[in-house]
Amino acid sequence: MSKNYAVEVKNLYKDFKLPKEQSSGIKQAIINALKGIKGYEKQSVLKNISFNVEKGDFFGIVGRNGSGKSTLLKLISQIYTPDKGTIKVNGSLVPFIELGVGFNPELTGRENIFLNGALLGFSRNEMESMYDEIVNFAELERFMDQKLKNYSSGMQVRLAFSIAIKAKGDILVLDEVLAVGDEAFQKKCNEYFNSLKNSDKTVILVTHSMAAVKQFCNKAILISNGKIEKEGNPVDVSFEYSKMFIDQESKKKNDDVSANRYGSKDVIYKSILVTVKKNEVMIDAIVKNNTEKPINDLNVCMDFLDSNKTICSGINFYEHEGRWINLKPRQMKKIHFAIDNLFGYGIFTITAALKVENDIEMADCWKDAKKFSNTYSNNQYYSVIMPYKVVEE
Amino acid sequence: MKVSNIFRKSNRVLLRELVSTDFKLRYQDSVLGYMWSVLKPIMLFAILYIVFAKFMHFGVGVPHYAIYLLTGTVLWTFFQEATGQGLQAIVARGDLIRKINFPKYIIVLSSTISALINLAINIAVVLVFAIVSGVQFRLTILLVPLYIIELYIFSLGTAFFLGSLYVKFRDVAYIWEVFMQALFYAVPIIYPISVVATSYPVVAKIILLNPIAQAIQDIRYDLITSQTMTVFNSMNGIFMKLIPFVIVLVVFVGGSAYFKKHSKQFAEII
Repeated sequence: MSKNYAVEVKNLYKDFKLPKEQSSGIKQAIINALKGIKGYEKQSVLKNISFNVEKGDFFGIVGRNGSGKSTLLKLISQIYTPDKGTIKVNGSLVPFIELGVGFNPELTGRENIFLNGALLGFSRNEMESMYDEIVNFAELERFMDQKLKNYSSGMQVRLAFSIAIKAKGDILVLDEVLAVGDEAFQKKCNEYFNSLKNSDKTVILVTHSMAAVKQFCNKAILISNGKIEKEGNPVDVSFEYSKMFIDQESKKKNDDVSANRYGSKDVIYKSILVTVKKNEVMIDAIVKNNTEKPINDLNVCMDFLDSNKTICSGINFYEHEGRWINLKPRQMKKIHFAIDNLFGYGIFTITAALKVENDIEMADCWKDAKKFSNTYSNNQYYSVIMPYKVVEE
Repeated sequence: MKVSNIFRKSNRVLLRELVSTDFKLRYQDSVLGYMWSVLKPIMLFAILYIVFAKFMHFGVGVPHYAIYLLTGTVLWTFFQEATGQGLQAIVARGDLIRKINFPKYIIVLSSTISALINLAINIAVVLVFAIVSGVQFRLTILLVPLYIIELYIFSLGTAFFLGSLYVKFRDVAYIWEVFMQALFYAVPIIYPISVVATSYPVVAKIILLNPIAQAIQDIRYDLITSQTMTVFNSMNGIFMKLIPFVIVLVVFVGGSAYFKKHSKQFAEII
């Protein structure tokens, strides 16, 4: 094992035996033994996972609910034992699978800090040296001699979180614990995590927040169905993660379109096709006149929404061309847009609309009609990048 | 569960924190507080004394029968507490086990040590009672701690076994409760073993092979009166005399090994 590794995971497998029925009884165990059936079902949670966390890394683990990421964290924290494969940990590891584990409401804040420290394997002296820092960070100096049951829930969480991040371990393992406390405390935590990026402390973070992954982590993995789906730079990983949802949503969309769609349906979108290229984004919309009358004043427009659901740009046939589209009864037409690819890196959603009668009557408004991703830009900061020139004089 | 680990600093710290937490919280919000540690066995003793000594004349001919009965009650209470709490210990701390990795045996150890501290308090009470009722102490009193240690090791081994079994089979709690009821009468606590020995000498000998009975009898012998029947003065042959100690050893080693084997899976099963 290289000295630079904080955690080395190699060919890790983990299965769980899920009891088919309530078999935590002797009767059931005997019945199962007599019938020769296994009282459980085997579920493979992790299949052949390998990765390395280097010293000083801020390492993100992302994945959907039930993907196995928490199990992986528990394996790293040595709460579970692997079925196959190895996990090597280099240095002292402090796990926070949940905040405030072992907190006792009947003990004072001070007693709880020392109890919690003992559970994490710290000696009395070590805890005493950390104590002031923990209390300061939590901003709870005045409350340390009060029983924990008299704390507000926010105060309890703050105390727990402060123990977690001020604990003097080499490797910190955090599971979904970033969003705690009020805004001021949040800010403080963010600053603290940012400062950790450049320290030699190793942090392993499981989270659903892609913003956190992009902001803090320098490496990340995406786990899906117990396998590593993507590994490497946090921007790519979070992109891949978001894409998983698009894929799933677009599958869902086929079943249930009407929820996001309203209008008179005199004219409708038959399909919208988006092709993203390096320099160009092409959109082919097929529209159809649903009536037996001709339509002479159709406008096709689309809004582009970035990942924050903010409209960042759009296209509008009438504004561009200065005229309406004509459709004969029952006629179908393809409208082709070619847009310069000035989009930033990320995922965009299209809200498409068909309007008639001088843009007054909505014929077909289709929210979240299509999603597309742009990977050709390096700019994650802006949704749309205006072309510009700059001169230094 | 290496022996050296027990003495590792972090484990000692944890053990101390768990025991002291347990003590701080045990009699919380009760007016008499720690007094209950003493009152509980004394009340049990009072009931047994009134029923068996006064009404049924059980202890006729036994010198200092009251102290004799109190000693038995106190030791029995210890065994009941240590094994009962040891049985529940792992499951009760399930939430912790699922989230932090720490040596699980410390949980069982801490709950049995709590019971041991209670026993120490109770033994002090027994000594006070003994002095008041005029028991002549002999040098053999120095052997009492040894038998308490023996009883503790036996309880700890049992607690290890029950605690890990309980994780898988919750029926164990009910079975153990009934078993303890039966065991209470199989151990000479309320009745002097000499009563059994006069009519059924073989049964008396079998009873004495039980480490709990053997320890209680030895402690009574060393503390109260040399007229007590013990495994040493009633059995023939060194092997027979050693049987209770072998049982203690087997239970402790077996219980610890069973616990060690299963403790890795606790987090997944609980």
